[in-house]
Amino acid sequence: MTPLKERLVQLEVLRYNPDTDTEAHFQRYEVMCQEEWVVLDALNKIKADIDPTLNYRWSCHMAVCGSCGMMINGEPKLSCHAFLRSYEGVIRVEPLAHFPVERDLVTAPDDFMEKLKRVKPYVIPKEKKPISEGEYKQTPAQLMKFRQYSMCINCMLCYAACPQYGLTPHFIGPAALTLAHRYNLDSRDEGRKERQEVVATHEGVWECTFVGACSEVCPAHVDPASALQQMKITSSVDWIVEHLIPGGKS
Amino acid sequence: MSRRPLIREVPPTSWYFRQPRYLRYMSREITSIFIGAYCVLLVVGLQRLAAGPAAWEGFLAALKSPASIVFQFLCLVAAVYHAATWFNATQKAMPIQIGEDFVPGNLISGAHYAAWAVLSFGVLFLAGVF
Ligand code: SF4
Ligand code: FES
Repeated sequence: MTPLKERLVQLEVLRYNPDTDTEAHFQRYEVMCQEEWVVLDALNKIKADIDPTLNYRWSCHMAVCGSCGMMINGEPKLSCHAFLRSYEGVIRVEPLAHFPVERDLVTAPDDFMEKLKRVKPYVIPKEKKPISEGEYKQTPAQLMKFRQYSMCINCMLCYAACPQYGLTPHFIGPAALTLAHRYNLDSRDEGRKERQEVVATHEGVWECTFVGACSEVCPAHVDPASALQQMKITSSVDWIVEHLIPGGKS
Repeated sequence: MSRRPLIREVPPTSWYFRQPRYLRYMSREITSIFIGAYCVLLVVGLQRLAAGPAAWEGFLAALKSPASIVFQFLCLVAAVYHAATWFNATQKAMPIQIGEDFVPGNLISGAHYAAWAVLSFGVLFLAGVF
C-alpha cells in the first residue's frame, strides 16, 4: 500500500471569546494534514494537538446533519465537505456570515429557528382523521412534486450566502420559505392560506430580489431560489384573483 | 459563562464586492438603467414625431451621431444580457411536471428563447427590415 500523502496546511481561523474579547481576531495555525482530508479534519487535528480552546460545531462528518457550516475563503461551506485539496495557500475559516458569533466558529441560529417556526413547516390537513382511519396516501408523482424541497438539512449556508438576509434581517429567508413551499406543494396539506400570511409579505418572498446565491451554495441541491420564485408567481396569481376578478377569492 | 454574541456587520454600500456572484447580480440590476434610459429615448422619439416632420428628421439625424450609436449599442448589450438571464431563470420559476418527471429545464428556457426570436423577427418584419 502506498503511504497517504501528507501536506502542511495553514489555516487562519476567526477567534472570538465572549468572556474576554470585544472584537474578533484571526489566529494562524499550521497543521500536517492528509491530502484527502476536509477542512473539518484539519480543525479536529488542531483541537486535538495544538489548541483545545478552539470552538466549532460538527456531528456527522458526512454532509447530513448540517451543523458544520462555516465561511471558507469567504464562501459558505460545510466544513466536512470542503476538501483541502481544493484550496491553495492559507485557508481562511470564519463563522457563518449574517449570524451572531457565539464563540469562535460557533454561531447563534436562534433567528433561523424562530423563522422556521413561523412558516408552519408541517402538514396541516384540512380535517384531522383519527389514526385508526389509516395513513394519508400519496402517489409517487405527488411526492416528486415537493421531494427536492424536502431535502434541506438546515445548514443555513443559504442564509450566509444571501445578501438580502444580511442587509434586512427581518427577511424570513431561503430555507424557511422553501420549507413553506414544500408543504404547500404537498397533496396532504391544506395549510397554504395560513402560511401565506408570512410568505406573501415583505418579510417573505417579496424581500427576495433573486440574487440566486442560496441555490449556488446549497449542499443538498434544494434550489431555494426556485421555490421562492414559484411562490412569487402563485402569490401574484392570488392577488390578481382577489383584486381584479369580480367575486374572486384567493 | 456569559452569552455575548458578536454581530459582524454587513457593509451596506460595498457588500457586492464580497463575492463574484454578487457582482454578477449587480451587473444584471444595472442593465435596467440602460433599459429605462432607452425607454426615455423612445418617448422622446414619439414626442418629436408629434411635433412635426422637421422635428422627426432632426431626431433621426441625432440617432445617427456616434455618441447615440454607442449608447444604443450599450442598451442592446444590456437588454440581451437581461433577457438571457431572465429566460435562464424561467426554468426555475415555472417547472413543468409530467407524471413523476419534470420537463428538462433547458426545454423551458429554450421555448422562451424561441418565442423571443419569433417575436423579434415579427417586429423587424413590421419595421420593414426585410
Ligand atoms: S436550503 Fe440548502 S443551504 Fe439552505 S439550509 Fe437547506 S440545505 Fe442548507
Ligand atoms: S458535520 Fe454534519 S454536515 Fe458536516
